[in-house]
Amino acid sequence: MRRLRQFPFHIIVFILPAAAIYTAFMIYPLFDSLRLSLHGAQEGSGEVFVGLQNYGRLVADSLYAPRFWGALRHNVLFFVIHMLVQNPVGLLLAALLSARHLSGLAVYRTLLFAPTVLSFVIVGFIWQLMLSPLWGIAGGLLRAAGLAAYFRPWLGLEGSALVTLSLISVWQFVGIPLMLFHAALIGIPDDLLEAARVDGASGWRVFWRIEFPLILPVVGLVAILTYVGNFNAFDLIYTTQGALAGPNFSTDILGTFFYRTFFGFQLQLGNPVMGATVAGVMFLLILAGVLPYLFVWQRRIEVYEL
Amino acid sequence: MSTPSGLPTPRVISAAPSPPYRGKALGVHAILVGYALVAILPVLLIVMNSFKTRAAIFTHPYLPPLSGLFSPIGYQTMFERAHFARYFANSAIVAGAAMTLILLLGAMAGFALAEYRFRGNAWVGLYLALGIMIPIRLGTVSILRIMSDLRLVNTLFALILVYAAQGLPLAVFILQQFMRQVPRDLKDAARIDGMSEYRVFWLVLPLVRPAVATVAVFTMIPIWNDLWFPLILAPGEATKTVTLGAQQFIGQFLSDWNAILASLTLAMVPVLAAYMLFSRSLIRGLTTGAFK
Repeated sequence: MRRLRQFPFHIIVFILPAAAIYTAFMIYPLFDSLRLSLHGAQEGSGEVFVGLQNYGRLVADSLYAPRFWGALRHNVLFFVIHMLVQNPVGLLLAALLSARHLSGLAVYRTLLFAPTVLSFVIVGFIWQLMLSPLWGIAGGLLRAAGLAAYFRPWLGLEGSALVTLSLISVWQFVGIPLMLFHAALIGIPDDLLEAARVDGASGWRVFWRIEFPLILPVVGLVAILTYVGNFNAFDLIYTTQGALAGPNFSTDILGTFFYRTFFGFQLQLGNPVMGATVAGVMFLLILAGVLPYLFVWQRRIEVYEL
Repeated sequence: MSTPSGLPTPRVISAAPSPPYRGKALGVHAILVGYALVAILPVLLIVMNSFKTRAAIFTHPYLPPLSGLFSPIGYQTMFERAHFARYFANSAIVAGAAMTLILLLGAMAGFALAEYRFRGNAWVGLYLALGIMIPIRLGTVSILRIMSDLRLVNTLFALILVYAAQGLPLAVFILQQFMRQVPRDLKDAARIDGMSEYRVFWLVLPLVRPAVATVAVFTMIPIWNDLWFPLILAPGEATKTVTLGAQQFIGQFLSDWNAILASLTLAMVPVLAAYMLFSRSLIRGLTTGAFK
């Protein structure tokens, strides 16, 4: 009995360093930030508990509410574009890459994944240059295709800037769904598909009736990774449009709104408490995606042992 | 889902090789080549034009830097005005130190979780895995407070600690799964020989080298590319990382095309070179299911 109660020392030595760093610089700050969002900062007297008052200000006060709802709306659109463009394109390319006897597979994989390893900063500037009316790469290509009339400075127009930035982000990150789908597809045993084909099923039918259901767990993983990544995005917008997410806040998403609220910009002073409140909303949004994924999707989805 | 191991066996998507198959294969290649161009052409254009004269950038954007078009002026401006060597050193120190912490501490924790049955094992595992899905950025307000209390603002140490905390959850999760696959007999034989648990750990570690390489690449990329924490925790000139340095430098020189193209190229080439070098293990890591 005594030996059972005494916790083996070496286990502590193995786990403690990782747990300590992780707790001190990730878990504690997350909770401390949530705690802070429930407090008001008063001159000189420290923090006072104010309940959900800060959240109330965020969604209703005229100083915060219009920007907050705008950022949320833009963020949803940002996410929807990723789901509708990035993931289907990733799936299509993955399906093509998984074809038998595909020559040049390694070269294709390397090239298609390359943009994903670049930083947002580089990607943002690359596309700023590509789309610049000054340099005329995009304009020139459209002219060559006889579509010169359709060229616009997309990043500079309120109506098109957010969609353009979403597509730039899609360009960069299509490699992630591509690789995850590709991995799942090449994991499907050959005899399964062979059997369907012997029965006379077309490639298209085989894909949607056999392969797609088998990779459904990965579809969920890709969706949740996209969701978390998109509702946490910041760098690309900050690099191309600045902290003010112009033109006229049309590309403002929660990440840039969080940055401005916390740090301030131009005439508005930074406010750590309201910053923590914005982070609190982002935290709840991400939980609202992650928890159903973990507890509903992952439980209910049928996983076939292959 | 079982994890496919070793080299994936190539398989069919279309019907058996027959005349229509050739047409299909051609179509597949056409789409893949088309998309590969979309992925890589912008990068190539930047690199090519960084070596040209200002006029040539605008008049002949699609030509390689032939003689007559060639000029290193962008690189000269950049080396005079920005301290890219220092930014690189900062990034290398931060990424190197954070990676060492992540890999060593992650392997230790992963080993303990995989190896020992103790009370709370599952809970510790779950606790450490929480951080895989929750972005550390959301705690930024508090992280900045902690760092300023510890007087670590504008030090590389602040970045190293935050990135270590950010990378550990995934490292523990992946390494733990691979540690489980190391045969029991080997460890028990070592114990019978009188090795301590710590020696057993050092014995096991080289056996999961492929997993360590995968984790290294996956944690390295986001650390090297991050803009958020350098901007908030270490924006000072002495501690700027390449990503932050490039962002600010280019922001200032928006009208100097030579300098922009040169600094973009310089910021990009090490990452792409490392990627080409490690792409096999990176892609193998992704395609053999390290993420399941």
